Amino acid sequence: MKAVSPITVFLAAAVVSFCTAPSAAENSAACLACHGDATLQDASGHSIAVDGSKFHSSIHGSLDCTNCHVSIKGYPHPDKVTPVQCSTCHADEASGLAGSVHADGAQQCTNCHGSAHAIYPKTDPRSTVYPLNIPRTCGSCHGKDGLAGKHGLPSVYPHYLDSIHGMALSKEGLLVAANCQSCHGSHHILSHTNPESPTYKTNIPKTCGSCHAGITASYKSGVHGKTLAAGNLKAPVCTDCHTAHAIVEPTEAEFRNQSTPICGSCHKEQFFTYRDTFHSQLGALGGYVETARCWDCHRAHDILPASDPASTVAPRNLVKTCGRCHADANASFVQYQPHANAYNRKLSPGLYYIRLFMNLLLVSVLTFFLIHTILWLIRSRYHQVKENAAEGEKDA
Amino acid sequence: MPDQENSANGAAMEHHGQTRYIARFTRAQRTLHAVLFSTFLGLAATGLPLRFSESFWARKFAAIMGGFGAILAFHKLCAVILTLAFLIHVKDLFTRAFLRHEKGIFWGSGSMVANWKDVKDLVGHFRWFVGLGPRPRFGRYAYWEKFDYWAVFWGMMVIGFSGYAMWFAPFFAHFLPGWALNAVLVVHSEEGLLAILFIFSIHFVNTHLRPDSFPMDMVIFTGVESEEEFKTKRPLEYEKLVSQNKLAQRMAEPPALWYTNFSRSVGFAAIAIGLLLLVLTLSAYFS
Repeated sequence: MKAVSPITVFLAAAVVSFCTAPSAAENSAACLACHGDATLQDASGHSIAVDGSKFHSSIHGSLDCTNCHVSIKGYPHPDKVTPVQCSTCHADEASGLAGSVHADGAQQCTNCHGSAHAIYPKTDPRSTVYPLNIPRTCGSCHGKDGLAGKHGLPSVYPHYLDSIHGMALSKEGLLVAANCQSCHGSHHILSHTNPESPTYKTNIPKTCGSCHAGITASYKSGVHGKTLAAGNLKAPVCTDCHTAHAIVEPTEAEFRNQSTPICGSCHKEQFFTYRDTFHSQLGALGGYVETARCWDCHRAHDILPASDPASTVAPRNLVKTCGRCHADANASFVQYQPHANAYNRKLSPGLYYIRLFMNLLLVSVLTFFLIHTILWLIRSRYHQVKENAAEGEKDA
Repeated sequence: MPDQENSANGAAMEHHGQTRYIARFTRAQRTLHAVLFSTFLGLAATGLPLRFSESFWARKFAAIMGGFGAILAFHKLCAVILTLAFLIHVKDLFTRAFLRHEKGIFWGSGSMVANWKDVKDLVGHFRWFVGLGPRPRFGRYAYWEKFDYWAVFWGMMVIGFSGYAMWFAPFFAHFLPGWALNAVLVVHSEEGLLAILFIFSIHFVNTHLRPDSFPMDMVIFTGVESEEEFKTKRPLEYEKLVSQNKLAQRMAEPPALWYTNFSRSVGFAAIAIGLLLLVLTLSAYFS
């Protein structure tokens, strides 16, 4: 540890004593006479150096050191000083933080805002809370090896980075791309289980809708939106289909290929019957991205029941809906049942009996010939061995 | 002709020093079988990944063949070739039966149509299996061979029709009810599955892998069979040829060695592909 030299102490004392009405800059200059030394450490080895030029360019650069370090009244000051209370000025933020998921005592303003003497306004690219820097700042804890992981929280940062929001932010540098605080807020971050949280299920359409206003309006007009509005929490919101952090471009192969099981996780019967169709078989093979997925026919947001004349799957709209892929679709063609159940006699009797006939044919033909052929094999082999033995005797 | 035996067929000469060969299939019949089995393998290999699209191998299998687009194109190509072969066969039957008034197409020992003897042979065969009677004496076409033929004939019509109905669905929709479009997929895939399971297990064993023919009955490739084998496998036809003094007419050149070897490699490749597809099918079916 480097000791404070007597000359520095003298100079500092001289500055403090001769300037009776010092300006903030002058005052901080006096402090920096000691603390400007980049190697300065306290008794326990922590750096107590301050980079004067950085500090002066920071948002707090015009303040006097003692505005924050209130326990220091003059020089020399005691070794132990009371901790800085940001809340003295930033009362609203402090009270927000106090009621948030981060209010566990361990969190300090500087965890997110960076070095206390180099805090910049959030519009400054040097700021840790500049929109393009926020994901990295939050990710330092909410990443794979971050502090959040130790508390059993999911690692969301890598998901976000690969998502369409993360790409827009990191690749394109889009300031309007959603970053962590766009959805979670900043100081008063609440758990998604808290009804006041912007990430609480019923609040999610509004949260996403703050950017995606058109889609949200469309969602609200569909069955999912209406069901949610009626108070049924089983209805999916944006994140149930798009996920919260790993959101991908929905027209991309990656999303198309994974989308049907998402709908199927609630619509089990429909998913089961869909999987029996050519649409699904093509889709499962991976190569054919264009094949019809749930939302190609039912739409994604303004989904309406077939009984609603405005629905894409209402009988009178089917030629148009199917015609989006099948250019020569006609009224008879659209009688095809995309969710026919060959095992349901009441719903699809024709199909049921044809399926039953084909199954019985398959089972009976194979069973008969398996028995026939196995017996034949055994008998032929027995016959062959016997003849060979007889021939062997004859030759001998 | 017996004197023309040469070293090329040394293996067949072991017993009497000279082996006579009897013609069993015409070049057209052998070509039909070759077209049938090669397009069938192609159809099976490109149809199975679709039928079992969620199995662990389907996606890789499809990718190897160039993805879904390539699979469908190849499936349709094989289908068209096989359809043409089938139509040529039907046209041929029609010409022979109705234009040339050939006898024995629909009835008799040379016909593919089942008759009372086939029923007796089937029962007799089962009795022989369990040691209750003598081995039935078969003629030109045994009952299981007729079954193979009609199974393919029926399969061609069923799978073919349902396949084209899916290929040209909007057109077929003009005269089929809506639910029939659902049914054709069920029919196509179940009948295809039956064909695959039947050919790659029952037909392979009945015709090629059973002890009498093991490892492969070459007659469908070479068209000829040694007199000895012919006599054992088709005693009735042999006796008829002898009694009608027609044996000499049916005598044929022994197959060339290169041709036998070539056919054998093609045949084994077909059986190997078939068995692989059978394993994949069963693994998907029971998983």
